[in-house]
Amino acid sequence: MLRIKNINTFYGQVHAIKNISLHLAEGEIVTLIGANGAGKTTLLNSLSGIVPPKTGQIIFKESEINHLAPYKIVRLGVSQVPEGRQVFKPLSVEDNLELGAYLNYRITGGKTQAKQDMEMVYELFPILRQRRKQLAGTLSGGEQQMLAIGRALMAKPRLLLLDEPSMGLAPMIVQEILKVIANLSREKKTTILLVEQNARAALKIAHRGYVLETGRLILEGTADELLENKDVQRAYLGRDKKEIWER
Amino acid sequence: MIKEKRQILIFTLFALIVLLAPLFLKGSYFLNVLVFIGINTLLAVALNLLLGYAGQISLGHAAFFGLGAYVSGILTTRFPVDPWMALLAAALCAALLAFVIGFPILKLKGHYLAMATLGFGIIMYIFFNETVDLTGGPSGLSGIPNLRLGQLIFDNDRNNYYLVWVITLGVMLLSINLSQSRIGRALRAINDSEVAARVMGVNARILKVQIFTISAFVSAIAGSLYAHTMTFISPTSFGFNFSVELLTMIIIGGLGSMYGSFLGAAILTMLPEFLRVFRDFDIVIYGLMLILITMFMPKGLIGGLEALFKIVINKIKGGAQNVKR
Repeated sequence: MLRIKNINTFYGQVHAIKNISLHLAEGEIVTLIGANGAGKTTLLNSLSGIVPPKTGQIIFKESEINHLAPYKIVRLGVSQVPEGRQVFKPLSVEDNLELGAYLNYRITGGKTQAKQDMEMVYELFPILRQRRKQLAGTLSGGEQQMLAIGRALMAKPRLLLLDEPSMGLAPMIVQEILKVIANLSREKKTTILLVEQNARAALKIAHRGYVLETGRLILEGTADELLENKDVQRAYLGRDKKEIWER
Repeated sequence: MIKEKRQILIFTLFALIVLLAPLFLKGSYFLNVLVFIGINTLLAVALNLLLGYAGQISLGHAAFFGLGAYVSGILTTRFPVDPWMALLAAALCAALLAFVIGFPILKLKGHYLAMATLGFGIIMYIFFNETVDLTGGPSGLSGIPNLRLGQLIFDNDRNNYYLVWVITLGVMLLSINLSQSRIGRALRAINDSEVAARVMGVNARILKVQIFTISAFVSAIAGSLYAHTMTFISPTSFGFNFSVELLTMIIIGGLGSMYGSFLGAAILTMLPEFLRVFRDFDIVIYGLMLILITMFMPKGLIGGLEALFKIVINKIKGGAQNVKR
């Protein structure tokens, strides 16, 4: 469904993504793990067109998208949940969700469709229904993350790019959100590219994973392989570390 | 159209007060001040679309106001152009200019955007001042004809009042409407986080240029109305000071609120008149008031009034409950 071939992305002089190639099959959950500054977020931003790659190719469902503007990429069915949630704080929950449907809103039937999709999101995250008139800035961190995911789903994506959904959240909430992500892939057949620092949690729900280090891909494999891998264990999982809920 | 009933009610009430006000006012001095307030409100609304909704600052909006005034003035004094056509031409001219400079300028953000628009404002001011053959230079341009509608000539304060306020109310209604539409949501999204708006599929670049263009269009209409009601214009009305005054109006009034724009415009237009009794100290008191308003009403006058209103309502409700007990 998605193929990335030898892309290089720069911030001015800084070479942030070095010759990365990877692929995603339809319906897969693939996770990108790596330390701070490894280039995970940059890779997602390159995919969504926010920081387009300088060289290389990104092919999404047979069409090359590396030169397209962000709104055209969204139209093709790629939605990003940006890092640190980035919900529109002065807007209500409902307005945030309607913005997610921005591109579909104007076409005929778009409004009714948006209403239906909003119901779908409320079913996924019932707490948002209770909060729907509230300003997004007054929600808790977990609720804001749910809203950010719901907002991305309003665009009816085929490919969902999730940037650190666990950032700054309590372990219980992280578990809940990851469960929803796993369900999305199982029930709605949404393909998901999940960027995470919490490597253990991400590998639990992913099918495959890639490991990034200073802009390079250093390892790839199925989720189980990576969980077993000695280097990955030492560097990203902590040899004997267990999350609170696993004890 | 406007969805909420409360919004419709507020606007209708506001429009009624504005339209009926002249019946209760004696003397043309007040009406004259109210005409100015109307023009300033129109300008504040235009700038509010840009800064209050989309979050893009402009320190050069007086230039669009001036461009509207001069295009209208030049076309009607030097060429036999009908004032209404001149008004339309002025607005289109400013919109075209905004559209062209909008693409490079609106790539900038924050302070840099402020500097670029400031530069634009100064360039336009110099242009009004120096092209003496065209604009009359520092001594101004006089003899601009009044607008007319059949037998009705807009040459006295009462007629001008209705001319200016009908247009201002119309633009206010459209602006309130815009804020509740899909585009309005997208603008507020850009205001909060441009990156997040872009990954939602909002074409931020085009949308910013569009709102800048609309804002310039409305500002130029205000400029044209100013030229035709005053019949005399000179560059000093369109300098940097006035750009800052416009900015002050919408910040004092309340960013993002069209009624706030009106309040800000009204206060900044009237205050210097009232403060004349303090003679040399007027500028000190003026500055002090602005500081106090920004300190104690961070959301502007309209936000402050809303908060006050809520407190009063709660007091009344609380009082009623106490009586029951």
